[in-house]
This record gives sequence, structure tokens and C-alpha cells, in this order.
Amino acid sequence: MKKENKFDYSYIPNAAPEIRSEMLKKIGVSDVEALYQEIPEELRLKEKLKLPKPFPSEYELRRHVKSILSKNQTCEDYLNFLGGGCWQHHVPAVCDEIISRSEFLTAYGGTPYSTYGRMQAQFEFQSLMGELVGMDVVSEGSYSWGTVAGNALRMASRITDRQEVLLPKSVGPDRLAVIRNFCKSVLAENSISIRLIEYDPETGLMDLEDLRKKISSNTAAVYFENPNFFGCIESQGANISEIAHAQGAESVVGVDPISLGVLAAPSDYGADIVVGNAQPLGVHMNYGGGLFGFIASRDEERYVAQYPSWLISIAETTKEGEYGFGFTRFERTSYIGREKGKDFLGTGAGLWTIAAAVYMSLMGPKGFQKIGETIIQRSHYAIDSLSRLDGVRVLFPSNAFKEFVVNFDGTGISVRAINKGLLERKIFGGIDLSEDFSELGSSALYCITEVHSKEDIDKLAKSLKEVIEK
Amino acid sequence: MKNLPKVREYRSPVWSEPIIMEMGRKGERGICVPEADQEIKSKVGEARSHIPEKMRRKQAPGLPEIAQPQVLRHYLHLSQMCLGMDTNIDAEGTATMKYSPKVNEALARLSEMTEIHPSQDEDTVQGILEIIYRLDLFLREISGMDQFTFQPPGGAMATYTNAIILRAFHAQQGEGAQRDEIITTIFSHPCNAATAATAGFKVITLMPDENGYPDFEALKAATSKRTAGLMITNPEDTGIYNPRIKEFTDLIHKAGGLCFYDQANANGILGITRAREAGFDACHFNLHKTFSSPHGSFGPGCAAYGVREELARYLPKPAVIYDGQQYHLDYDRPDSVGKVREFLGNIPAVLRSYSWIMSLGPEGLLEVARTSVINNNYLTKMLEEIRGTVRYYAPGKYRLEQTRWSWEKLTEETGVSTMDIQRRMVDYGLQSFFMSHHPWIVPEPFTPEFCESYSIGDMKYWCAVLRTISDEAYSDPELVKSSPHRAPIHLVKYEDLDEPDKWAVTWRAYVKKKGKSALERP
Repeated sequence: MKKENKFDYSYIPNAAPEIRSEMLKKIGVSDVEALYQEIPEELRLKEKLKLPKPFPSEYELRRHVKSILSKNQTCEDYLNFLGGGCWQHHVPAVCDEIISRSEFLTAYGGTPYSTYGRMQAQFEFQSLMGELVGMDVVSEGSYSWGTVAGNALRMASRITDRQEVLLPKSVGPDRLAVIRNFCKSVLAENSISIRLIEYDPETGLMDLEDLRKKISSNTAAVYFENPNFFGCIESQGANISEIAHAQGAESVVGVDPISLGVLAAPSDYGADIVVGNAQPLGVHMNYGGGLFGFIASRDEERYVAQYPSWLISIAETTKEGEYGFGFTRFERTSYIGREKGKDFLGTGAGLWTIAAAVYMSLMGPKGFQKIGETIIQRSHYAIDSLSRLDGVRVLFPSNAFKEFVVNFDGTGISVRAINKGLLERKIFGGIDLSEDFSELGSSALYCITEVHSKEDIDKLAKSLKEVIEK
Repeated sequence: MKNLPKVREYRSPVWSEPIIMEMGRKGERGICVPEADQEIKSKVGEARSHIPEKMRRKQAPGLPEIAQPQVLRHYLHLSQMCLGMDTNIDAEGTATMKYSPKVNEALARLSEMTEIHPSQDEDTVQGILEIIYRLDLFLREISGMDQFTFQPPGGAMATYTNAIILRAFHAQQGEGAQRDEIITTIFSHPCNAATAATAGFKVITLMPDENGYPDFEALKAATSKRTAGLMITNPEDTGIYNPRIKEFTDLIHKAGGLCFYDQANANGILGITRAREAGFDACHFNLHKTFSSPHGSFGPGCAAYGVREELARYLPKPAVIYDGQQYHLDYDRPDSVGKVREFLGNIPAVLRSYSWIMSLGPEGLLEVARTSVINNNYLTKMLEEIRGTVRYYAPGKYRLEQTRWSWEKLTEETGVSTMDIQRRMVDYGLQSFFMSHHPWIVPEPFTPEFCESYSIGDMKYWCAVLRTISDEAYSDPELVKSSPHRAPIHLVKYEDLDEPDKWAVTWRAYVKKKGKSALERP
């Protein structure tokens, strides 16, 4: 036995010397090196990896990692007004309880028999989300809002056989960057070109004049968001879809599903494909790790055929009345089609999908209605409070859902300086928009959700006042 | 085969759970949410008044109304009908179903991880940035690459990231339009072909030679001035290591292409051999495979994608950098491909992997690799003795961490297929084995992978079950073909899944297609 075995490995049962010898004997080699004979000598690593000395005891390991993590300040220690696609909502304890279950946490793919429970839970996610967005087909959870928006635009391009998409200039910069990658191709003639539509400087909503000017029979899709990145409820959804449809283009809508207890379902204003970020539904922010997306559409073959995603369907079994599950049209995916599959598919966001199913089940229609109302009322209270501060202006105040743009031009202080001042008061101020949306001047995107009490909002207003007047 | 343990009696829980949409009664509530204070309400008025008329929800969403205990019980029942890795012997090959230490899970659930926002001021996230940076350093050492990103939230997204970085590289060299071909092999994960195609490349797929090795002559024939790069796994899904790999990467480099090493699963070679010495320009590791982050019922994953110095400027942004005192997010990267996902990726997986490496150190990682290879070759000895198995390709050669097997012989002799056996395993409480990616070059395939987490007892038990099923196939093939019999459900009628008037991807679609009978279960 190698002398390197300095301590016991609690995760590696067969590293025990006696077992190791027994196994090598059965294999018929005297040393493990013999099993690596296929790797040429010149490719073999001659030295030990230069890694830090480990902590073999669980106690010391935990202490070490915790000591690093403790350098973080959390949104529980600080008052947080950051959003922009990763939002602080309350996560019900039941959501955490369910996704902490070993059975879900440590399962992989399996079969409809071996991981039956995860397939039903994920089918339930699809079903519950279908009610929120008003669509009969919903995919399982995938990477993020940006990636599913990219997928949806590629779907639209394949469906219409066109290679141009229109997006409002107000799409979040991270999301837009992801979409740009998805639309680009090696050869320019195979790329999907992106044209940006202006937003109305008064309302933050899509400039329909500009849309009419830019749309044509080459347009595969018009994409817009509700609420949009600025937090505005896009009230012209029906008009936008109509304009798109008149040119034979698809209407693709991105949503924040937590709004859908009070806001109209995208299917009600003409959406053909819906995407969104389901992180608000029972998943912690996790430094952005909690994000995940979904795709939805009407139940038409021409849409279903273009999904890159897992689509879990309910099916009969050989026993009457029993629910089985399986994947619909699996041959469309890259697992079967390889380069001929629709985009690509792999490990997505299964566990978050289950958390969101639990969340939607707990909330029900009343919960979604209530949370939507609370968020709107608190946001508008915050808008009102902040607007009263000298030199502070909320840019698109009338149609905010949970986020809104605060402009500090009148204070003569940069967002950066204001946020530093807030930080000293244990507040995370809004996302700085001054670079990505320089046309908005010195502006920041503030986010208010059900976690913000009146006292929290009052504290924000008071602190801002102090920072501005300093 | 003597000394195999007795196969246990097992019955899956069968809860016949309704679909959540069928549960509850009007008026039940699963959770109460905060309400705005009276003062706020009187100040801003009704929420409706702030929603443009045509954007108001006219009809409440058709969600069920269920109280909390019943929601909890329903999902607990569902979890009980799901074979997670923790609760059974899960040897799904290519997936490296290893133990995800509970201490790391507990760390990942601390509020210092869960309750931080990705746009927080750098000063307030020094802890997590340090962990990201340090894991980057560890992976540089393990792979020989010079910089990593953790933005790809899954393995396929890492191969996609590679494809767009190759695209950006050749465009910058002024050869963007000319270099439009990616070469891969049929035994590399299908996502390599798929993501290259999504990025706009033509894909050339090499078939194996008669011994199952990637065919060097075929590579020569495929390589040209149009070659943008090679995207390849080694060892491939077959468990066979390609000893000529350096000749492969040399040939591609000579032709002006770049080489990407799909190391989603690197479990057999940690500390043994590295991407750099084999001539690769880029590689990726699935943190949810080799580095122990849990699979989570198919995600969220996290792929660490790394490159050599020359390609570092193309990596997605921001990069986490260290100035000797403080960690920073560096967005000033003009040649970056931008983003492949919003923010920095699935960072809890980074935390778990960091902690996992810190529990093992360099010797421990080597033990992981060696043990997984010993396990696999030990398993080979046992599986060879089971009636009807065939180990495909490269006779006399050892495999690394997994092996592609075939039930071809058993199927010929009994009519029982690998899919039948896969289902039957569930009757014994085992996670079904992984068969193979498509297409099935090896007929009736199965691909076990016993990574370091499994004991010799686990392996013997797993073989005992397979031997029992093999015996059943020869004595009572119908029993296996009609399985499962002790699983949560019976055989699914797969034909329904592809028929537009029968598939139902949501409950509302199901009710529409089934009519009233959907609501009247026997």
C-alpha cells in the first residue's frame, strides 16, 4: 500500500489499505499504476498537485470555510434595495425543507420509475406555471432568463424562417449580453440580427412609433418584458403583439412570474412564446445562483417541435388510473439529435424547479394576488417618499411594479457616492445605471418587495436625505 | 460468482399521489404573505389603481388552494418516490454520482451564501469572492490552465462557452468566416456537437476505430484550413483513454485550430494527467460531477471553464481578481465574449467544491482518482462473470473510471433488452444504470461508474442485483420485460408522449385533452 495514505478518508471507503490490496489482487495487478498504462509517460503528472494542506476533520473544515464566508455582509444584516434580475423575496420554510430532501437534492436523471417523484414535481411546476402565464406548454426549469430568452428568439427564428429580432433598448444589460451570444453565428449570414427599439423617455415603455418604423416582413420576433428592466408595467402589450403579428412575427414576452397574481397573463395580450425568471418563486438569491428560466407557449406542434428543453408530459401506464410521466418529443433535443437537435440541452435547474412548484402550491391564487398588491403598494410608497427628497426624481413613477428608476441629477452627487454613503448606514442602494443607461443620467434601479416594511422604506428615505445633504 | 450478498427485499413507497392541481379546497391557504401597513394603504390607495386597466389580471390564476401541512405532505411523498444518490447505490455512468458531503451542504445554506445579492458592493462580498478566486487557483493547478470562469450553469453551457470563445478567437485572427468546422467524436458528450452547431459551426463527428479508440486517420482526413477546433472527451464514454491524444492536439494546432477538453467527468485522472500536458487550450469540469456538488434532480449545475493565457481575454466577464489585499470584479475586458448567463453563475456549487477540495488536499484527490479506477476495474471482474454481458472494445486494456458494457448477448438469447433491465433494477431499490448517449454504437449498452464514494460491499450488492436480473431474463424473461413491479408506478405508455392530441405538458392541457374523465380517477 502507498504510504501517502496519511489519514482516513471518510468519503472514500475503498481507500482503506486492506480493502485496496484485496481489490488489486482480484484485478490481477500489484499496483494501481498498472491500471494507468494507457496514459503515456510524458503526459503523466510527475509531481504532487500544489494545493493547500487540507482539513481532514469536519470540524476544522467547517471552521475554515465559515471564517472566509463570514467576510460577507448579507441582505439580512443590511437593508437591501438591489434587484435587477435577482430579487430578494421571502422563501417559505417548506420550500427549503423540500429541496433539502436527500431524495431530490442528490437525484440525477434516472427513469420515470426510479425518479418518479422528481418527474411529478417538475410536471407540477409546468402545470402551475401554465396557470400563471396562461399557456398549455411550459418547459422544465433551465439556466436563466437570458438563456431562455435566447432560446425563445432562436425558436421564433426557426418557426418564421427569418433572421431578425426586435428588442427594446430597456432590456437588462446582462440579459442582452446573453441574448447577443445566442443570436450570433460563425457566419454573418447565419446570425440573427438584433435591432433595438427606443423606449419612451417619459414612460419607460416601448416606443411604438420606433417599433413600427423598424419592424418588417424580415422580423422573426418582437421581444419585450413585463415588468421591464426599469420595473415598468408594459401596458402596450396587446398593441406590440398586434404590430408583430401583422408582420408575421412572433410576440415573445419575458415575465417576472411573481407579478402574475395581479398582472394580466401574457397570453391575454397576444404572447406566442413566454419566458421568465422563476427565482422569485421560492429560491434564495445565492449570489445570483438562484436564477433559473422557463419557456412557455400554446400547445401547438410547430412550437413544441422547436423547444430545446425538457418537456415532461403526463402519460398513462399499464395500470388504469395511474399517472406516469415521460419526455415529449425527446428526439428534438440535442441528446438524440446532437448537432441537429434544437440548440442544446443538459443539466438545467431541476431542484429550483421543485422549489418553485412548492412555492406556487403554497401561494395559490390568493397568495399571488396579495403579494402582488403588497409589492405595488410598498413600491409606490417608496416612490412617493423618495420623490420628496431634494434633487431626487423617480423617472417613470406611474407604472412601477417592484422596481423603479431613481434619478439623482438634481443632487449633484454620483450614484456611486450615494451608494457609498448608504453602505455606511448598512444599506445596499439600488443598482447603478449611470454607465449602462447613460441617457438616464445619474440613476439607480431600486427594488422593493414584500420583505421591505414601512420602517425599512422610511429608513432608506431618511438615510438618503442624510447622504444627499451631507 | 461466489460471495455475492443476498438480494434484499425492497418495495418502493406507492403513494398514488394526485397531481397538485387536484388537491385542496377553495379558501385554503398554504402561506400568508405580509400586507402593506394601513398608513401605506391610505397613502397610495389600492394596488389596482397603479396597474393600467388593460394590464390588470381579470381572472385569478387557476392555481390550487391548499393548506401548508397538505402541501408539505404531498411533496414529501413525492420525494419518497425518488431514488436520490444518498438513499441508494447510484452508479449512473458519465455522471459521477458521488457523495456530496453534508457539511458542505450545511455551509451552502448559511445566510452568508444564500442571502447575498450579486450586485452588492465588492467590500461586502469579500468572502465569496475569495472562495471563487481560490477555487480558480485550485483548478488551474489541477488542469494546467491559466484562468477559469464559473459562469456556465451546466456542462453543456461550458461547451457552448468554448464554442463561442473559439468563434471570437478566429474572428479576431481574421479567419472567422474561414474556420467554420468543429471536430468531435461520437463518444464525446452530444453537447459538444450541439453547442458547436448552436454557435454556428459545422460539425464533423469521428467514428471510432475497430478497437473503440478515436480514429487518428479519420482526424487527419477531417482536419483542414476550415478547422476551428477539436472538442473531445478523454477517456471517452467508453472509459477508454486515448493514448495518442497529444498527436490529436498537435495535428489540430498545426492546422491552426484550438483544442477543447470536455472534462465534465475527470474523476479517474485527478492528479494523474492534465489538460495542459495533453496540448489542450481549454477545458471544463462539472463541479456537480467530479467536484461533489449535488446533481439536484438535474441541476442547478455549475461548470468551471478554463483556458490558457492566450484565450483568457475572451472569457465571460466579470473576472474575479485579487490585488494582494482585496478581491475585485473586473469588467474591463474588451475582448470578452460578454455573458453566457446573468451574474457570476451558480456560486453555491463553487463553495461546495472549494470545501470538498479543502477536505482532501492533493493526496486525497489522487486517492479519489485511483479509487475510482480501481473500483471500475474491480467491477469489471465481477460483471464479466454475469451471464449475457459483453465488455465492448479494446480487449485486455484497462478502463479508467467507467466502462461501456453491452447486454447484446443476453438480448439475443432471451429477448430482454437493456431498457428492460434498467426498469427492473428499480424493483430492487437501485437507481437504473445509465445506458449510453445516442446513437447507440454499442448495442444494448450500459455504462456503470462506481466513483470513490462506493464501498466494495455496495459494488457486490449492485452486481448481485444484476446477476439476479440476468438469471430472471434467462428463466422468466416476461418478468423482466413487464417490469417494474415494485416501483412507484407501472410501465409507462410511451407512445402517448409524441402524439400532439395525447401529450400533456401541463395539467390544463391534460384536462382539455382528456375532457371530464381527467377529473374522475378510478
